[in-house]
Amino acid sequence: MEKTPNQRAWFMVLPVLILVAMNAVIPLMTVVNYSMQEVFYGTYSFVGPRWYIDVLHSERFHSSLIRQLIFTGTILAIEIPLGIAIALAMPRRGFWASVCLVLMSLPLLIPWNVVGAMWNIFALPDIGLLGYGLNWLGIPYDFTQDPAAAWFTVVLMDVWHWTSLVVLLAYAGLQSIDENYYRAAQIDGASRWAVFWYIQLPKMSHVLTIAVLLRFMDSFMIYTEPFVLTGGGPGNTTTFLAIDLVKTALGEQDLGNAAAVSIVYFLMILLASWLFYTITMQRKSR
Amino acid sequence: MAKITLQDLAHSYFPNPMEATDFQLKPSINHEWEDGEAYALLGPSGCGKTTLLNIISGLLVPTRGRVLFGERDVTELPTAERNIAQVFQFPVVYDTMSVYDNLAFPLRNNKVAADHVDKRVHEIAQMLDLGAQLDRKARGLTADAKQKISLGRGMVREDVSAILFDEPLTVIDPAMKWELRTQLKELHRQFGHTMIYVTHDQTEALSFADKVVVMLDGEVVQLGTPQELFERPTHTFVGYFIGSPGMNVLPARIEGSSALVGGHEIPLGRSFSAVDGSEAELGVRPEFTRLNSAREGLPVNIRRVEDVGSHKVVRAEFDGRQVNAIVGEDIEIGADMTHVRFDAEAAHVYANGWIVDSDQRRRRAAGGAH
Amino acid sequence: MTLVLDGVSKAVGSEIHIHPTSLTLEKGTMNVLLGPTLSGKTSLMRLMAGLDKPASGRILWNGSDVAGVAVRNRDVAMVYQQFINYPGMTVYENIASPLRLKRVPRDELDRRVRATAELMKLDERQLRRKPLELSGGQQQRCALARALVKEAGLVLLDEPLANLDYKLREELRAEIPKIFEESGAIFVYATTEPHEALLLGGNIACLWEGRITQFGKTPEVYRRPVDTTTARVFSDPPMNFLRITKTGETLNFGEHQSVAAVGTLARLPDARYLAGFRPNHLHVRRQEVAGEVLTFHAAIAGTEITGSESFVHLDHAGERWVAMARGVYDMAGGDVTEVYADARHVFVFDENERLVQTTALGRAA
Repeated sequence: MEKTPNQRAWFMVLPVLILVAMNAVIPLMTVVNYSMQEVFYGTYSFVGPRWYIDVLHSERFHSSLIRQLIFTGTILAIEIPLGIAIALAMPRRGFWASVCLVLMSLPLLIPWNVVGAMWNIFALPDIGLLGYGLNWLGIPYDFTQDPAAAWFTVVLMDVWHWTSLVVLLAYAGLQSIDENYYRAAQIDGASRWAVFWYIQLPKMSHVLTIAVLLRFMDSFMIYTEPFVLTGGGPGNTTTFLAIDLVKTALGEQDLGNAAAVSIVYFLMILLASWLFYTITMQRKSR
Repeated sequence: MAKITLQDLAHSYFPNPMEATDFQLKPSINHEWEDGEAYALLGPSGCGKTTLLNIISGLLVPTRGRVLFGERDVTELPTAERNIAQVFQFPVVYDTMSVYDNLAFPLRNNKVAADHVDKRVHEIAQMLDLGAQLDRKARGLTADAKQKISLGRGMVREDVSAILFDEPLTVIDPAMKWELRTQLKELHRQFGHTMIYVTHDQTEALSFADKVVVMLDGEVVQLGTPQELFERPTHTFVGYFIGSPGMNVLPARIEGSSALVGGHEIPLGRSFSAVDGSEAELGVRPEFTRLNSAREGLPVNIRRVEDVGSHKVVRAEFDGRQVNAIVGEDIEIGADMTHVRFDAEAAHVYANGWIVDSDQRRRRAAGGAH
Repeated sequence: MTLVLDGVSKAVGSEIHIHPTSLTLEKGTMNVLLGPTLSGKTSLMRLMAGLDKPASGRILWNGSDVAGVAVRNRDVAMVYQQFINYPGMTVYENIASPLRLKRVPRDELDRRVRATAELMKLDERQLRRKPLELSGGQQQRCALARALVKEAGLVLLDEPLANLDYKLREELRAEIPKIFEESGAIFVYATTEPHEALLLGGNIACLWEGRITQFGKTPEVYRRPVDTTTARVFSDPPMNFLRITKTGETLNFGEHQSVAAVGTLARLPDARYLAGFRPNHLHVRRQEVAGEVLTFHAAIAGTEITGSESFVHLDHAGERWVAMARGVYDMAGGDVTEVYADARHVFVFDENERLVQTTALGRAA
């Protein structure tokens, strides 16, 4: 809907513009600035695009990136189908529907570092329920030593934490489906699978697109939970992009390098989001 | 295909219905739907027609009574096992499938052989004029095409005993309504399914159906052919609901073979001893109300003349009550047209809303085969 | 008070919703917009209301350009197909809301609300309820009342009766002319039903694919459609068409069939034409027509009996025709019968589909 122009509206937006400028734009500019400098104990020297070239060829960056992509791919492959399945299983109406919704919301309410800490303790092989239990069952499990176990734990933690989001979104999508579709399917003698594939999934597709986008972006930037859980270890086996970046910037004080990595990181996410948006818009207009 | 019987049917949405007002469908409805006939269920919103339809299709289990398909008691059977098809108000199509796949869907669910599926789909598509669009995705089509697909999915199964329609033409443009109605009638003629068509639009009901069931407040008020409902409505509601505009109803006092309306004598040509001398109502359709300049009948004040193209509707008033008359399109309404005459055979007498049989009619009925 | 649309158009992306259109609506007129769905009725009304900006052209209210004037400052009221009321307020509050926004003093507000409620037949009990507790018809009355109480100069009604039962629609529709006469504003009423357009009277604009094909007094447009598109839009049941060529004294149409050119049709120049006649002017019983007729043979495809009349579907030379008969006409399908077109009511269109001649009411072009 087009609105008739009203210049006074700009004044309403001005305070927000200033805030955004201060909190986002200016720091961003600072980072860009740093990415072109060699910082050495307080002295700055302009080095142009050297950091970018270094970063893009850096072995370390590549391996962080690959780890990140594997992580994101894995959790998307698990959380989306699982979320849909749970949403389908939840009751649509009545008292138990509200109970389920509340239960689903709980993991989302916990502060992220608390999540990390919870799972840390939970997975400890000597005192944690999961860790001890697995070892008792005969499976050798120690996430502090074994990369496979660490990955397993990190993925499990993320699934526990964020599948609820997919569930809630998918549930909302399901609720919007007109009753008559189910009636028609009944009359057509459609199987449960056919109802899912031909009615529910297509009608949820818009909502699911949002869910995938959200999960992709959040997991691509993940920092707190894995950091608290494993610290990036053992070694650097669970060092994802953001964790590596913070190590570079704060741990090694290598600001120029870190700044360049930040910008590259930012551009990657921007590109992915733009691709996503274009594809969604194209599907809509078809 | 079989006869559908409703026995002692009643339905309430409350768990413990006590009085009549708790019931959506008042006890009890007993009705037989003959095999192969086209029926219309006509009535205003809330009269219970959709509830009745859903009970027949199996989407609803009635609080009381039974539903029989032929000899089989299907009251508790789910929809899928009743072999009926239903077309809803809003087109229901599977967006991701092509038109062909949509039509084939019910057959494939029943594991029908692929070449037979192909044959049936093409047959139905041709009947509904969808042949050219079989390969297109169902999503982008117009509303009437989607409704045709909904209808086609219902018809494609050969074991269908009845097709139920729940106000299917609501979202369709008037121009397309004509085509679809014609196609529905042809489909009925060709395949001979029992068809039950729920609507609140009397034109749709009367032009589609062989027999019309008029409902009001959860009860069946009259069942008859369109002609019967038009020429002899057994209740003033039917007189009002059918016909555009509805029947003129005037308070009258029956004396001998005439009715006295506001002191004016209207000859009826027959006697009604059951209500002779008492207050009743006279009902005459505007189609039988003749505006004339010969000062015959009731004096009326013309309030408005509406030109509807094929005829004119004269809205007049007598003694504070509306009296409408229908006049041919070429007739000029002159200032001297001050009275309305009623065709005697078309004038009916009602007491408490229900029609009163004339003495002559009673004699005929009693003297006839019993 | 006049509303002038000057070369107004509307496009969304590359799709043109309204082609450049000019229209003048005078004070105290009822104007009907008739056309199928997606023909542009709603788009045009939204432009009139100021909810959308035109891609080109100007909109003038009382002579001054209203582009840039916010909708709430315009003298306009709108009623929609879906009964739109404020769900949290009572009916009384709903109707009062536009007046409260204008800070009308309490006594006058109460008077106007009650007067409008009475006009819309909403009684005291209904005034105190919330809209969702009322029936569909009453909700729409509430929406109408809220639009009317403003006493706006321009009242827009977008298929307001489409979601109501047939009989309710009839009742409300009969009240609209009265409401219109009392208000004296410019009314614009959109509908898909030719029947409704005829009943409302006033002026009519026929729309087809974003264009106004004809604008004029309703009986005029009905009796003299300027082209086949208007004739098609303004016909329910659909108009019957026939391709003819006129040579000398005869009208020829495919398959060696011909008919004597009678009456005013005889005066047409020899050429190819498209003849059109409405179903109520095509008869299956000779006695139902007085005067001259064109006789055709057609096969009966089916009949629809409504009690008051019957619609006879016919197949003629590959075309589908509909004839109207009084009362009951029950003939078996497949039979070939004679049908009679009333020669006094034939439209003749030339090859550009423009009206050349109409014999309706004996007036020649």
